Amino acid sequence: MNIPADLKYTKDHEWIRVEGNHAFIGITDFAQGELGDIVFIEIETEGEELAKEEVFGTIEAVKTVSDMYMPVAGKVVEVNEALADTPEAVNNDPYGEGWMIKVEVGNPAELEELMNADQYKESIEG
Amino acid sequence: MKRTAFTHFHEELGAKMAPFAGYYMPIEYTGINNEHTVVRTKLGVFDVSHMGEFWAVGPKAFDFVQKVTSNDVAALTDGKVQYSCFPNDQGGIVDDLLVYRFGDEKYLLVVNAANIDKDWNWCVKNAEEMGLKIGEELINASDDIAQLAIQGPLALKAMQKLTEASVEDMEFYTFKEITFAGIENVLFSTTGYTGAGGCEIYVNNEDAVKLWNAVFEAGEEFGIQPIGLGARDTLRLEMGYCLYGNDINDTTSPIEAGLGWITKFVDGNDFIMRSHHQKLKEEGVEKRLKPFVMIDRGIPRQHYEVVNEAGEIIGEVTSGTMSPMMKQGIGMAYLNKGYWKSGTEIYIKVRNKSLKAEITSLPIYKA
Repeated sequence: MNIPADLKYTKDHEWIRVEGNHAFIGITDFAQGELGDIVFIEIETEGEELAKEEVFGTIEAVKTVSDMYMPVAGKVVEVNEALADTPEAVNNDPYGEGWMIKVEVGNPAELEELMNADQYKESIEG
Repeated sequence: MKRTAFTHFHEELGAKMAPFAGYYMPIEYTGINNEHTVVRTKLGVFDVSHMGEFWAVGPKAFDFVQKVTSNDVAALTDGKVQYSCFPNDQGGIVDDLLVYRFGDEKYLLVVNAANIDKDWNWCVKNAEEMGLKIGEELINASDDIAQLAIQGPLALKAMQKLTEASVEDMEFYTFKEITFAGIENVLFSTTGYTGAGGCEIYVNNEDAVKLWNAVFEAGEEFGIQPIGLGARDTLRLEMGYCLYGNDINDTTSPIEAGLGWITKFVDGNDFIMRSHHQKLKEEGVEKRLKPFVMIDRGIPRQHYEVVNEAGEIIGEVTSGTMSPMMKQGIGMAYLNKGYWKSGTEIYIKVRNKSLKAEITSLPIYKA
């Protein structure tokens, strides 16, 4: 199981990587493994200000549909358009090519409430 | 939870396992899309030991099978298989099944795992009314039989290596009892639920391990892989094959479900509720099961609403998925009259949006 040490995690299996005022958000390696082959990503929140834990998009595997939630409040400034044609990138590279959205973090203090890699590992193994 | 004679293999292979119809079954091994493609292009192996098997034997067997199934058993000859359904006494379907004719006094009925108890009770009730001795003339062998489906364009070629009997040239929906992989009295049947060709092989549980090992060894040079229930569903849906519980159930008529071709109103086929279904066929039905493909990007799912251009509800999706071969959403839905013709535009309600789709013909995936 790949759980990079430099990311923060949610109980809903999103990751967030902070770069200055911005952050990238995606789903974890564990989540993509549970979902199986990902075949469709729908994110229609570009430009929107979303609250923490608000749904920013939907991910569909062959057999299931799941919502994806904001780890922190923020404005969605970019959507990974490449996933429209290559949703399998989420399976193959969940922390890289498989990123979902780029956001302007609304309240950096919320980042402190998220799990670090060790805590996330414990939460999925517990 | 029940295990099949092959469950330990699935666990050793690291399959994603889940309960299905009371059995602990493999959902996927390497991923649904990969497994699906392997079956369409090469060959794959499904553990279908959870399926149920009933024998009907003796002088009353023919009349019994003719009464409880909708297809015409008189049209069957020895060594042939027939797709059929058990009509219930309310106008719906108890289950869909395969009927094998071994002789005029010997038939094998293969039913869905999820319905074994319901089907057995239904068959027993009708068999008793007709004077068959339960346990002698109607026998439930479901727990004794292991079954593998080897499906794909290379399946018969690979399986030919395991027997001196000629199987590669067998016609679709026929069977033979042969010595296979050194196992005697194997039921080798050119049936399946994928539309990819291949066979289904039935053995006693004690021969299951030997069968599994032989099949994988014979198929290795052709790229054989184990396939889970996930790909079984996407493969059958690309063909537009009905899944009991999704597309047909206790309340759907075979006429509504597009199963008129297995509902034969011929002389001598006095199956349960025949006159009801015959009337539906002659007078027409209000809703019909129809296959469709998405035009807009999106994936239809069971129970999604179907609407027309004006937004009026005209039906409901019973099965839906992303087609691994077409890379397009596909599905089946019961639709009101007026929306049945191939090419008709319909709209699927996906997360409060109406996505355009189009009625298509069967099979949905046209190779």
